Amino acid sequence: MLPEDRPRALHDIGGVGRFLCERVDPSPHALTEFDREVDGLRQVLAMKRLMTVDELRRGIEALPEDEYFGLSYYRKWLRSITATLLRKGVISEDELRAALAEEG
Amino acid sequence: MPAPGQRVRVRDDWPETRGPCHIRTPHYLRGREGTVLRHLGDFPNPEDLAFARPAARLPLYHVLFDRTVLWPEGRAGDEVLAEVFGHWLEEA
Amino acid sequence: MTMSATADEKLLRALTALLGQKGIVTPDEIAERVALTDAASPGQGARMVARAWVDPAYRALMLADGTRAAETLGIPMRGAPPLGVLENTAGLHHLVVCTLCSCYPRAVLGYPPFWFKSAAYRARAVRDPRGLLAEFGTVLPDHVRVRVVDSTADYRWMVLPLRPPETAGWDEARLAGLVREGDMIGVTQVAC
Repeated sequence: MLPEDRPRALHDIGGVGRFLCERVDPSPHALTEFDREVDGLRQVLAMKRLMTVDELRRGIEALPEDEYFGLSYYRKWLRSITATLLRKGVISEDELRAALAEEG
Repeated sequence: MPAPGQRVRVRDDWPETRGPCHIRTPHYLRGREGTVLRHLGDFPNPEDLAFARPAARLPLYHVLFDRTVLWPEGRAGDEVLAEVFGHWLEEA
Repeated sequence: MTMSATADEKLLRALTALLGQKGIVTPDEIAERVALTDAASPGQGARMVARAWVDPAYRALMLADGTRAAETLGIPMRGAPPLGVLENTAGLHHLVVCTLCSCYPRAVLGYPPFWFKSAAYRARAVRDPRGLLAEFGTVLPDHVRVRVVDSTADYRWMVLPLRPPETAGWDEARLAGLVREGDMIGVTQVAC
Protein backbone atom coordinates (compact mmCIF):
# COMPACT_ATOMS: atom_id res chain seq x y z
CA MET A 1 0.00 0.00 0.00
CA LEU A 2 1.28 3.46 -0.89
CA PRO A 3 1.17 6.25 1.73
CA GLU A 4 -1.42 8.09 -0.36
CA ASP A 5 -3.85 5.17 0.07
CA ARG A 6 -4.14 5.99 3.78
CA PRO A 7 -6.92 8.41 4.88
CA ARG A 8 -4.91 11.56 4.12
CA ALA A 9 -6.41 15.02 3.79
CA LEU A 10 -6.88 16.68 0.41
CA HIS A 11 -4.05 19.21 0.79
CA ASP A 12 -1.55 16.62 2.05
CA ILE A 13 -0.09 15.88 -1.39
CA GLY A 14 3.57 14.97 -0.83
CA GLY A 15 4.36 12.10 -3.22
CA VAL A 16 0.77 11.65 -4.38
CA GLY A 17 0.64 9.78 -7.69
CA ARG A 18 -1.82 11.91 -9.63
CA PHE A 19 0.69 14.80 -9.71
CA LEU A 20 3.84 12.83 -10.47
CA CYS A 21 3.54 13.19 -14.26
CA GLU A 22 2.69 16.89 -14.11
CA ARG A 23 5.49 19.17 -15.22
CA VAL A 24 6.37 22.12 -13.02
CA ASP A 25 5.84 25.46 -14.74
CA PRO A 26 8.92 27.45 -13.77
CA SER A 27 7.93 30.65 -15.59
CA PRO A 28 7.52 33.78 -13.47
CA HIS A 29 3.94 34.79 -12.66
CA ALA A 30 3.62 38.40 -11.54
CA LEU A 31 1.39 39.04 -8.53
CA THR A 32 -1.63 41.26 -9.07
CA GLU A 33 -2.75 44.14 -6.85
CA PHE A 34 -5.47 41.80 -5.58
CA ASP A 35 -2.83 39.22 -4.58
CA ARG A 36 -0.70 41.78 -2.76
CA GLU A 37 -3.63 43.27 -0.90
CA VAL A 38 -4.91 39.88 0.30
CA ASP A 39 -1.38 39.05 1.45
CA GLY A 40 -1.06 42.37 3.30
CA LEU A 41 -4.51 42.03 4.86
CA ARG A 42 -3.63 38.60 6.23
CA GLN A 43 -0.45 39.98 7.77
CA VAL A 44 -2.30 42.81 9.51
CA LEU A 45 -4.95 40.39 10.84
CA ALA A 46 -2.20 38.15 12.21
CA MET A 47 -0.36 41.09 13.81
CA LYS A 48 -3.60 42.16 15.49
CA ARG A 49 -4.08 38.58 16.71
CA LEU A 50 -7.41 38.32 14.91
CA MET A 51 -6.39 35.14 13.09
CA THR A 52 -3.35 32.87 13.03
CA VAL A 53 -1.64 31.47 9.96
CA ASP A 54 -2.88 28.09 11.19
CA GLU A 55 -6.48 29.30 10.96
CA LEU A 56 -5.74 30.54 7.43
CA ARG A 57 -4.42 27.09 6.49
CA ARG A 58 -7.31 25.29 8.13
CA GLY A 59 -9.74 27.41 6.11
CA ILE A 60 -7.89 26.65 2.86
CA GLU A 61 -7.76 22.95 3.67
CA ALA A 62 -11.52 22.98 4.24
CA LEU A 63 -12.27 24.15 0.67
CA PRO A 64 -13.96 21.67 -1.66
CA GLU A 65 -11.53 19.78 -3.92
CA ASP A 66 -12.40 21.68 -7.10
CA GLU A 67 -11.74 25.00 -5.35
CA TYR A 68 -8.57 23.79 -3.58
CA PHE A 69 -7.00 22.75 -6.89
CA GLY A 70 -8.84 25.22 -9.13
CA LEU A 71 -8.78 28.63 -7.49
CA SER A 72 -5.77 30.91 -7.56
CA TYR A 73 -3.57 30.97 -4.46
CA TYR A 74 -4.80 34.30 -3.10
CA ARG A 75 -8.45 33.66 -3.96
CA LYS A 76 -8.20 30.67 -1.62
CA TRP A 77 -6.65 32.92 1.01
CA LEU A 78 -9.45 35.46 0.71
CA ARG A 79 -12.12 32.79 1.12
CA SER A 80 -10.39 31.39 4.18
CA ILE A 81 -9.90 34.85 5.72
CA THR A 82 -13.56 35.76 5.16
CA ALA A 83 -14.82 32.45 6.59
CA THR A 84 -12.53 32.80 9.62
CA LEU A 85 -13.59 36.38 10.41
CA LEU A 86 -17.26 35.41 10.09
CA ARG A 87 -16.87 32.33 12.26
CA LYS A 88 -15.06 34.28 14.97
CA GLY A 89 -17.61 37.08 14.91
CA VAL A 90 -15.05 39.72 13.90
CA ILE A 91 -17.59 40.61 11.22
CA SER A 92 -21.18 39.42 10.81
CA GLU A 93 -23.01 38.04 7.79
CA ASP A 94 -25.32 41.08 7.80
CA GLU A 95 -22.42 43.53 7.85
CA LEU A 96 -20.69 41.72 5.00
CA ARG A 97 -23.88 41.55 2.95
CA ALA A 98 -24.37 45.30 3.41
CA ALA A 99 -20.74 46.00 2.48
CA LEU A 100 -21.09 43.87 -0.66
CA ALA A 101 -24.28 45.74 -1.61
CA GLU A 102 -22.40 49.03 -1.35
CA GLU A 103 -19.78 47.74 -3.78
CA GLY A 104 -22.67 47.31 -6.25
CA MET B 1 12.78 14.17 24.97
CA PRO B 2 14.54 12.37 22.10
CA ALA B 3 18.21 13.28 21.72
CA PRO B 4 20.04 13.89 18.44
CA GLY B 5 20.82 10.56 16.82
CA GLN B 6 17.93 8.76 18.48
CA ARG B 7 15.74 6.54 16.32
CA VAL B 8 12.06 7.46 16.43
CA ARG B 9 8.84 6.36 14.76
CA VAL B 10 6.15 8.80 13.65
CA ARG B 11 2.86 7.72 15.20
CA ASP B 12 0.62 5.83 12.79
CA ASP B 13 -2.39 7.93 13.69
CA TRP B 14 -5.09 9.40 11.42
CA PRO B 15 -6.98 12.22 13.17
CA GLU B 16 -8.41 12.96 9.72
CA THR B 17 -10.77 10.02 10.26
CA ARG B 18 -12.12 11.48 13.52
CA GLY B 19 -13.42 14.89 12.42
CA PRO B 20 -12.16 18.38 11.56
CA CYS B 21 -8.45 18.78 12.27
CA HIS B 22 -5.31 20.56 11.13
CA ILE B 23 -2.23 18.35 11.10
CA ARG B 24 1.34 19.35 10.24
CA THR B 25 2.67 15.80 10.12
CA PRO B 26 2.47 14.75 6.45
CA HIS B 27 0.63 11.51 5.75
CA TYR B 28 3.67 9.93 4.09
CA LEU B 29 5.67 10.02 7.35
CA ARG B 30 3.10 8.31 9.56
CA GLY B 31 4.27 4.98 10.87
CA ARG B 32 7.78 5.53 9.45
CA GLU B 33 11.07 5.41 11.34
CA GLY B 34 13.68 8.15 11.20
CA THR B 35 16.52 9.73 13.14
CA VAL B 36 16.31 12.90 15.21
CA LEU B 37 18.81 15.50 13.99
CA ARG B 38 18.02 18.15 16.57
CA HIS B 39 15.47 19.87 18.76
CA LEU B 40 14.44 23.06 16.90
CA GLY B 41 12.69 24.75 19.82
CA ASP B 42 9.24 24.73 21.36
CA PHE B 43 6.25 26.13 19.47
CA PRO B 44 2.49 26.44 20.14
CA ASN B 45 0.64 23.37 18.92
CA PRO B 46 -0.71 24.23 15.43
CA GLU B 47 -3.46 21.63 15.87
CA ASP B 48 -4.98 23.95 18.48
CA LEU B 49 -3.96 27.28 16.94
CA ALA B 50 -5.92 26.37 13.81
CA PHE B 51 -9.11 26.24 15.88
CA ALA B 52 -8.31 29.31 18.01
CA ARG B 53 -7.94 27.08 21.08
CA PRO B 54 -5.32 27.68 23.78
CA ALA B 55 -2.18 26.04 22.43
CA ALA B 56 0.53 24.44 24.59
CA ARG B 57 4.14 24.94 23.51
CA LEU B 58 5.48 21.63 22.29
CA PRO B 59 8.98 20.52 21.31
CA LEU B 60 9.66 20.46 17.58
CA TYR B 61 12.31 18.16 16.10
CA HIS B 62 14.10 17.89 12.80
CA VAL B 63 13.79 14.24 11.82
CA LEU B 64 15.66 12.59 8.94
CA PHE B 65 14.16 9.70 6.95
CA ASP B 66 15.72 7.44 4.34
CA ARG B 67 13.91 8.10 1.09
CA THR B 68 13.55 4.38 0.43
CA VAL B 69 11.47 3.74 3.59
CA LEU B 70 8.84 6.22 2.39
CA TRP B 71 8.06 5.02 -1.16
CA PRO B 72 9.03 1.85 -2.96
CA GLU B 73 11.07 3.46 -5.74
CA GLY B 74 13.82 6.02 -5.28
CA ARG B 75 17.55 6.12 -4.83
CA ALA B 76 19.18 4.59 -1.76
CA GLY B 77 21.02 7.30 0.15
CA ASP B 78 18.57 10.08 -0.69
CA GLU B 79 16.73 11.52 2.30
CA VAL B 80 13.73 13.50 3.49
CA LEU B 81 14.08 15.90 6.42
CA ALA B 82 10.97 17.25 8.14
CA GLU B 83 9.90 19.15 11.25
CA VAL B 84 7.83 16.87 13.48
CA PHE B 85 6.28 17.79 16.84
CA GLY B 86 7.22 15.64 19.83
CA HIS B 87 3.70 14.36 20.43
CA TRP B 88 3.85 12.67 17.02
CA LEU B 89 7.02 10.72 17.87
CA GLU B 90 7.50 7.46 19.73
CA GLU B 91 10.62 5.41 20.44
CA ALA B 92 11.59 3.14 17.58
CA MET C 1 -10.35 49.14 -21.24
CA THR C 2 -11.67 48.04 -17.88
CA MET C 3 -12.47 44.47 -17.00
CA SER C 4 -15.54 43.74 -14.92
CA ALA C 5 -14.55 43.03 -11.35
CA THR C 6 -14.77 39.41 -10.39
CA ALA C 7 -16.72 38.28 -7.37
CA ASP C 8 -13.52 37.82 -5.37
CA GLU C 9 -12.30 41.31 -6.17
CA LYS C 10 -15.63 42.68 -5.06
CA LEU C 11 -15.46 40.59 -1.90
CA LEU C 12 -11.99 41.96 -1.12
CA ARG C 13 -13.15 45.56 -1.57
CA ALA C 14 -16.22 44.96 0.59
CA LEU C 15 -14.24 43.18 3.28
CA THR C 16 -11.53 45.83 3.53
CA ALA C 17 -14.16 48.61 3.52
CA LEU C 18 -16.05 46.86 6.31
CA LEU C 19 -12.91 46.24 8.38
CA GLY C 20 -12.03 49.92 7.87
CA GLN C 21 -15.48 51.14 8.96
CA LYS C 22 -15.28 49.00 12.07
CA GLY C 23 -11.84 50.42 12.87
CA ILE C 24 -10.27 46.95 12.75
CA VAL C 25 -7.89 47.32 9.80
CA THR C 26 -7.12 50.55 7.97
CA PRO C 27 -6.05 50.73 4.30
CA ASP C 28 -2.79 52.34 5.45
CA GLU C 29 -1.96 49.34 7.60
CA ILE C 30 -2.45 47.03 4.65
CA ALA C 31 -0.44 49.31 2.38
CA GLU C 32 2.41 49.32 4.89
CA ARG C 33 2.58 45.51 4.96
CA VAL C 34 2.41 45.35 1.16
CA ALA C 35 5.30 47.81 0.89
CA LEU C 36 7.38 45.85 3.42
CA THR C 37 6.64 42.56 1.69
CA ASP C 38 7.43 43.99 -1.74
CA ALA C 39 10.78 45.15 -0.36
CA ALA C 40 11.85 41.59 0.46
CA SER C 41 13.50 39.92 -2.53
CA PRO C 42 15.94 37.15 -3.41
CA GLY C 43 18.61 39.87 -3.41
CA GLN C 44 18.52 39.79 0.39
CA GLY C 45 19.18 36.08 0.62
CA ALA C 46 21.86 36.48 -2.06
CA ARG C 47 23.68 39.03 0.11
CA MET C 48 23.71 36.53 2.98
CA VAL C 49 25.06 33.78 0.73
CA ALA C 50 27.83 36.01 -0.66
CA ARG C 51 28.85 37.11 2.84
CA ALA C 52 28.95 33.49 4.02
CA TRP C 53 31.21 32.60 1.08
CA VAL C 54 33.81 35.23 1.99
CA ASP C 55 33.51 35.33 5.79
CA PRO C 56 33.82 32.02 7.72
CA ALA C 57 32.58 33.58 10.96
CA TYR C 58 29.44 34.83 9.20
CA ARG C 59 28.96 31.42 7.59
CA ALA C 60 29.09 29.79 11.04
CA LEU C 61 26.55 32.29 12.38
CA MET C 62 24.27 31.77 9.39
CA LEU C 63 24.23 27.99 9.84
CA ALA C 64 23.68 28.29 13.60
CA ASP C 65 21.08 31.08 13.58
CA GLY C 66 19.72 32.23 10.23
CA THR C 67 17.52 34.90 11.79
CA ARG C 68 20.43 36.63 13.52
CA ALA C 69 22.56 36.32 10.39
CA ALA C 70 19.84 38.06 8.36
CA GLU C 71 19.48 40.81 10.96
CA THR C 72 23.24 41.32 10.94
CA LEU C 73 22.88 42.44 7.30
CA GLY C 74 19.97 44.74 8.14
CA ILE C 75 17.23 42.43 6.84
CA PRO C 76 14.10 42.97 8.97
CA MET C 77 13.12 39.70 10.69
CA ARG C 78 10.83 40.94 13.44
CA GLY C 79 7.64 38.92 13.43
CA ALA C 80 9.03 36.50 10.82
CA PRO C 81 9.25 32.77 11.60
CA PRO C 82 12.71 31.51 12.63
CA LEU C 83 15.04 31.09 9.65
CA GLY C 84 17.12 27.94 9.27
CA VAL C 85 19.95 27.64 6.75
CA LEU C 86 20.96 24.33 5.14
CA GLU C 87 24.44 24.05 3.69
CA ASN C 88 25.06 22.24 0.42
CA THR C 89 28.38 20.41 0.27
CA ALA C 90 30.24 18.38 -2.34
CA GLY C 91 28.30 15.30 -1.19
CA LEU C 92 24.94 16.68 -0.04
CA HIS C 93 22.33 18.73 -1.92
CA HIS C 94 19.26 20.23 -0.19
CA LEU C 95 15.91 20.84 -1.88
CA VAL C 96 13.23 22.76 0.03
CA VAL C 97 9.51 22.10 -0.42
CA CYS C 98 6.33 22.53 1.59
CA THR C 99 4.10 19.57 0.77
CA LEU C 100 1.25 20.76 3.02
CA CYS C 101 0.96 24.37 1.87
CA SER C 102 3.60 26.85 0.71
CA CYS C 103 5.92 27.75 3.63
CA TYR C 104 8.73 29.81 2.14
CA PRO C 105 11.52 31.96 3.63
CA ARG C 106 9.75 35.15 2.59
CA ALA C 107 11.72 37.44 4.88
CA VAL C 108 14.91 36.75 2.93
CA LEU C 109 13.60 35.68 -0.52
CA GLY C 110 10.34 37.63 -0.95
CA TYR C 111 7.06 36.23 -2.18
CA PRO C 112 7.15 32.52 -3.05
CA PRO C 113 7.33 31.92 -6.80
CA PHE C 114 4.37 30.38 -8.60
CA TRP C 115 6.10 27.04 -9.17
CA PHE C 116 6.89 26.61 -5.47
CA LYS C 117 3.17 26.77 -4.67
CA SER C 118 2.10 24.40 -7.46
CA ALA C 119 0.67 20.98 -6.70
CA ALA C 120 3.17 19.39 -9.10
CA TYR C 121 6.16 20.82 -7.23
CA ARG C 122 4.74 20.03 -3.79
CA ALA C 123 3.90 16.44 -4.71
CA ARG C 124 7.00 15.59 -6.73
CA ALA C 125 9.81 17.17 -4.71
CA VAL C 126 9.66 14.60 -1.91
CA ARG C 127 9.16 11.57 -4.13
CA ASP C 128 10.96 12.33 -7.38
CA PRO C 129 13.52 15.00 -6.48
CA ARG C 130 16.01 14.04 -9.17
CA GLY C 131 13.38 14.08 -11.91
CA LEU C 132 12.19 17.46 -10.69
CA LEU C 133 15.73 18.83 -10.51
CA ALA C 134 16.40 17.67 -14.06
CA GLU C 135 13.42 19.74 -15.21
CA PHE C 136 15.14 22.76 -13.70
CA GLY C 137 18.31 21.78 -15.55
CA THR C 138 20.03 20.48 -12.43
CA VAL C 139 21.68 17.08 -12.78
CA LEU C 140 23.55 15.87 -9.72
CA PRO C 141 26.28 13.23 -9.86
CA ASP C 142 25.42 9.83 -8.36
CA HIS C 143 27.65 10.33 -5.33
CA VAL C 144 25.70 13.42 -4.21
CA ARG C 145 22.92 12.63 -1.74
CA VAL C 146 19.67 14.57 -2.19
CA ARG C 147 18.11 15.69 1.08
CA VAL C 148 14.57 17.01 0.50
CA VAL C 149 13.51 19.35 3.29
CA ASP C 150 9.76 19.35 3.83
CA SER C 151 8.96 22.66 5.53
CA THR C 152 6.17 21.30 7.72
CA ALA C 153 6.11 23.54 10.77
CA ASP C 154 7.44 26.71 12.36
CA TYR C 155 10.82 27.20 10.69
CA ARG C 156 11.48 28.57 7.23
CA TRP C 157 14.42 27.09 5.36
CA MET C 158 16.89 28.48 2.83
CA VAL C 159 19.83 26.74 1.19
CA LEU C 160 23.41 27.98 1.36
CA PRO C 161 24.52 26.87 -2.12
CA LEU C 162 28.00 25.80 -3.21
CA ARG C 163 30.25 28.58 -4.40
CA PRO C 164 31.34 28.06 -8.02
CA PRO C 165 35.09 27.41 -8.11
CA GLU C 166 35.53 29.92 -10.95
CA THR C 167 34.71 32.78 -8.58
CA ALA C 168 37.99 32.79 -6.61
CA GLY C 169 38.90 36.36 -5.74
CA TRP C 170 35.49 37.85 -6.56
CA ASP C 171 34.19 40.49 -4.18
CA GLU C 172 30.99 40.11 -2.20
CA ALA C 173 28.78 42.29 -4.41
CA ARG C 174 29.82 40.45 -7.55
CA LEU C 175 29.21 37.09 -5.84
CA ALA C 176 25.76 38.20 -4.64
CA GLY C 177 24.87 39.06 -8.23
CA LEU C 178 25.27 35.40 -9.20
CA VAL C 179 22.85 33.94 -6.65
CA ARG C 180 19.28 33.37 -7.78
CA GLU C 181 16.09 32.47 -5.93
CA GLY C 182 16.14 28.85 -7.11
CA ASP C 183 19.72 28.38 -5.85
CA MET C 184 18.52 29.18 -2.32
CA ILE C 185 15.62 26.70 -2.55
CA GLY C 186 17.81 24.06 -4.16
CA VAL C 187 16.17 23.62 -7.56
CA THR C 188 19.27 25.06 -9.22
CA GLN C 189 22.96 25.48 -8.47
CA VAL C 190 24.86 28.74 -8.67
CA ALA C 191 26.44 29.15 -12.09
CA CYS C 192 28.81 31.80 -13.44
